Amino acid sequence: MTLTRDQIAHRIAQELTDGMSVNLGIGIPTLVANHVPTGMQVMLQSENGIWGMGEFPSDADVDPDLINAGKQTVTTVAGAAFFSSSDSFAMIRGGHVDLTVLGAFEVDEAGNIASWMVPGKLVKGMGGAMDLVASAQRIIVAMQHANKAGQSKILKQCTLPLTGVGCVTKVVTDLALLERITDGSVPGYRLLERAPGVSVEEILAKTEAHLVVPTTVPEMKVPQALVC
Amino acid sequence: MAGLNKVITSYYDALDGLHDGMTVMAGGFGLCGIPEGLIGEVARKGTKNLTCISNNAGVDDFGLGILLANHQISTMIASYVGENDEFERQYLTGELNVIFTPQGTLAEKIRAGGAGIPAFYTPTGYGTAVAQYPDGTPKETRQFKDIHGNTKWYVLEESLTADFALVKAWKADTYGNLIFNKTAANFNPMMVTAARTTVVEVEDIVEAGQLDPNDIHVAGIYVDRLIVGTFEKRIEQRTVKTAAAV
Repeated sequence: MTLTRDQIAHRIAQELTDGMSVNLGIGIPTLVANHVPTGMQVMLQSENGIWGMGEFPSDADVDPDLINAGKQTVTTVAGAAFFSSSDSFAMIRGGHVDLTVLGAFEVDEAGNIASWMVPGKLVKGMGGAMDLVASAQRIIVAMQHANKAGQSKILKQCTLPLTGVGCVTKVVTDLALLERITDGSVPGYRLLERAPGVSVEEILAKTEAHLVVPTTVPEMKVPQALVC
Repeated sequence: MAGLNKVITSYYDALDGLHDGMTVMAGGFGLCGIPEGLIGEVARKGTKNLTCISNNAGVDDFGLGILLANHQISTMIASYVGENDEFERQYLTGELNVIFTPQGTLAEKIRAGGAGIPAFYTPTGYGTAVAQYPDGTPKETRQFKDIHGNTKWYVLEESLTADFALVKAWKADTYGNLIFNKTAANFNPMMVTAARTTVVEVEDIVEAGQLDPNDIHVAGIYVDRLIVGTFEKRIEQRTVKTAAAV
């Protein structure tokens, strides 16, 4: 059984550690905020100028001067700070954001990521994604493992224009948790976990990139309430 | 206007000297923190063939979208432009030249421009389409060590300046010392510094000396003209918490 968007987000949230500063992209990454383990302190960095972004406001607390990078109205948590765009990207580019979670169209063996442009379709721009992938200490990609025709999106080489090169740390898909091999031994990924009920064979069949499969690949622990 | 007093009272005077073909920076992230009245005055004035530097391009009937609809912008330098049908149409027909620039690179190009730094190396965009100039010429690349001592590739990016900066701040004093509000700061504090003429539209102006110097985000030294505006502050994505999301 494949993971839901919320289950992917839940699994990514298990990668958080206490005291981290995290930037969450639009889509599944945003859902990670709902799954921060109880008792853990994590500060969300929003690249339009917040360290310590909170939940959506109540109707009475909506403030047009307080939005997130998706242009949604938000709030702040205790201990938050505001800053300019150049300060925000100093944090990002300077490596002070510990973890970035973002979506992608494709990733490849070399850790390249394509997430901003499909030739022939309208280009809307890269926003802050190129800065984020160039510099965060760790990059976790949340994506579907294959397209609707079953073709892998974890490729030997990305086919779409790149957002960044050699930057992917981990990939969490509807089928698996992959970790990029960075010791120089081989290109590609190591299969760390599989979605409950999904076979290693299915993952291999849907992964074009070189995939190292350990002798045992445990099933992901995802809460039953989130299993569809 | 006299001495250090930057306050002017008419939008007509605020944009005195803005001509066809000039480069204009406009602050804001989406519709948050945009100089609404100054954009309205550019529209009224009808200045054409503008190169516009702004993170986004407004929506169809608000923000820079108004100037797009009037065909006043010929080149747009931005990081993301997703919410504007007229922008899309002009871009696809080639009426509008668009230079997509990563958001952090855009911010730093403006910061550097205002700080007298003509170019800088950044890791952003190495190995991607933005490591080339719009004509396809590769930008200069070079290796440096990062803070952890790891050797990485960097791309040389040239800074940006403008003829006019149209800026939105929250409060000012008459000397142009500025305070921004929450995420309405965004690109505004850098743009204040990076234009030959900087015009700031604010919600409130007090006498010089009334603001605590400790509270000021940007010093008035950069500001040429100040005007009090009234702001609609349109919200693009009004999101409120629901019972399920609590």
